[in-house]
Amino acid sequence: MQPLDGDRHALERQVLPIVAEGTTFVGTEGQRLLDQVDLTIAGSGILVVMGPNGAGKSLLLRILTGLVPITHGKISWAGQSSLVGNVRRIGFVFQKPVMFRRTVMENMTFVLRQFGLSKDDAQHRAERALIDADLHHLSDAPARRLSGGEQQRVAIARARVIDPEILFLDEPTAHLDPASTAIIEKMILDAKARGTRIIHVTHDLGQAKRLADDIVFLHLGKLVEHGNAETFFAGPKSKAAQAFVAGDLVI
Amino acid sequence: MNDGQSTFLDAFRLLASGNSELWNIVLLSLQVTGGAVLIATLIGLPLGAILAFKRFRGRNAILILLSALMGLPPVVVGLLVYLALSNVGPLGVLGLLYTPSAMVIAQTILVLPIIAALSRQVVEDYAAEYHEQLAIMGLSTWASIRTLIFEARHSLLVVLLAGFGRAIAEVGAVMIVGGNIAHLTRTMTTAIALETSRGNLALALGLGVVLITLSVIINAVLMAVRRSETRLSYI
Repeated sequence: MQPLDGDRHALERQVLPIVAEGTTFVGTEGQRLLDQVDLTIAGSGILVVMGPNGAGKSLLLRILTGLVPITHGKISWAGQSSLVGNVRRIGFVFQKPVMFRRTVMENMTFVLRQFGLSKDDAQHRAERALIDADLHHLSDAPARRLSGGEQQRVAIARARVIDPEILFLDEPTAHLDPASTAIIEKMILDAKARGTRIIHVTHDLGQAKRLADDIVFLHLGKLVEHGNAETFFAGPKSKAAQAFVAGDLVI
Repeated sequence: MNDGQSTFLDAFRLLASGNSELWNIVLLSLQVTGGAVLIATLIGLPLGAILAFKRFRGRNAILILLSALMGLPPVVVGLLVYLALSNVGPLGVLGLLYTPSAMVIAQTILVLPIIAALSRQVVEDYAAEYHEQLAIMGLSTWASIRTLIFEARHSLLVVLLAGFGRAIAEVGAVMIVGGNIAHLTRTMTTAIALETSRGNLALALGLGVVLITLSVIINAVLMAVRRSETRLSYI
């Protein structure tokens, strides 16, 4: 996917690096759902965020995208303390695909039109993206009529069509069969190959091993480990991560 | 014993004969109700969508008020509009009392809370589904609300039908502010009330049949549109 040439917004709105310092999120009942997390996201490759349910993985993702405001600490995007209200080059793929009640093509062009692309440009760009993603035959299909796997592929293609600097994936294959998962992992690797920074949440150990360049391991709201994926899988340092990698139940 | 039967036949005969007074009444009813639903939609739909999408102080109070206003008694609304539009009222100078405009105003007030409250309920479900996606895209509040209304369009059609049903069936408010003047402010419901009290049961019944038939047709057409649209695509 080529950059969004000639588009003012896309060129001006930088997102990376994302710097989180002492990031804490306190829930409504006073529990620290995310506790003093320090994390800097720049560079390239796939960062996989792992940990058992309730570790704060999805919450961390939402904080890193500015969807959820933090209780304490600091977070910035390319030096800016807020992202709210700006059209920006962030892609986000949710566990359950969020499809607009339109055709696949219209799902793609709708997103592009928000970036100020003309109808023709949006159409042209969306078409190429759908061909790239091997989804062109579904262009005119109502998006919500597709299977779960197809919807998620459209969701990833749609997130990528704006040429995002960074792509967030919140367990995108959690509900999918192995065949669909394989296609989606290929799309993710393709995005990486084209230079998109990827933050991928999963608690699927196999998937983490297949995709990760770096690993963040969360446990009970704390960032327990952060480092190179090979090193992590060869010898996790923390007890929780050791148990998780060994396939034990970590609660 | 045959009275009931002959009344029915008379009613259909009146309809079939293309009685112009009858059709004037039908047309005025549709114009007044259509106008009221249109205005109430233009105000109530965005209002409901804002209430669904934004959280602010006083929101709950507004929601409670809107729900309560859904049950406004038409005669009370008629009376209040009457007081406002009467010669001594604050809007008396407009000279709107006993005109179709006055009837549109009264019905708009009746329909607005229904459309706003139901739109809020419908759009809120869509907002729950889409708000994170819209936020990620960096959409402004207005762009988000426009998108949500568009996504909810098929469900919102039912809201408009609820508003239409309330207005077309209503008699108290239009009677008070319109005055049920022949050829000017007589609607189907006020005519039915009048003809019944006069003992013209045939005409009353004929109007009743027309009223119900129209409601059925309008609902059927819109629901068919909705169904074909959703089937074609976008459930």
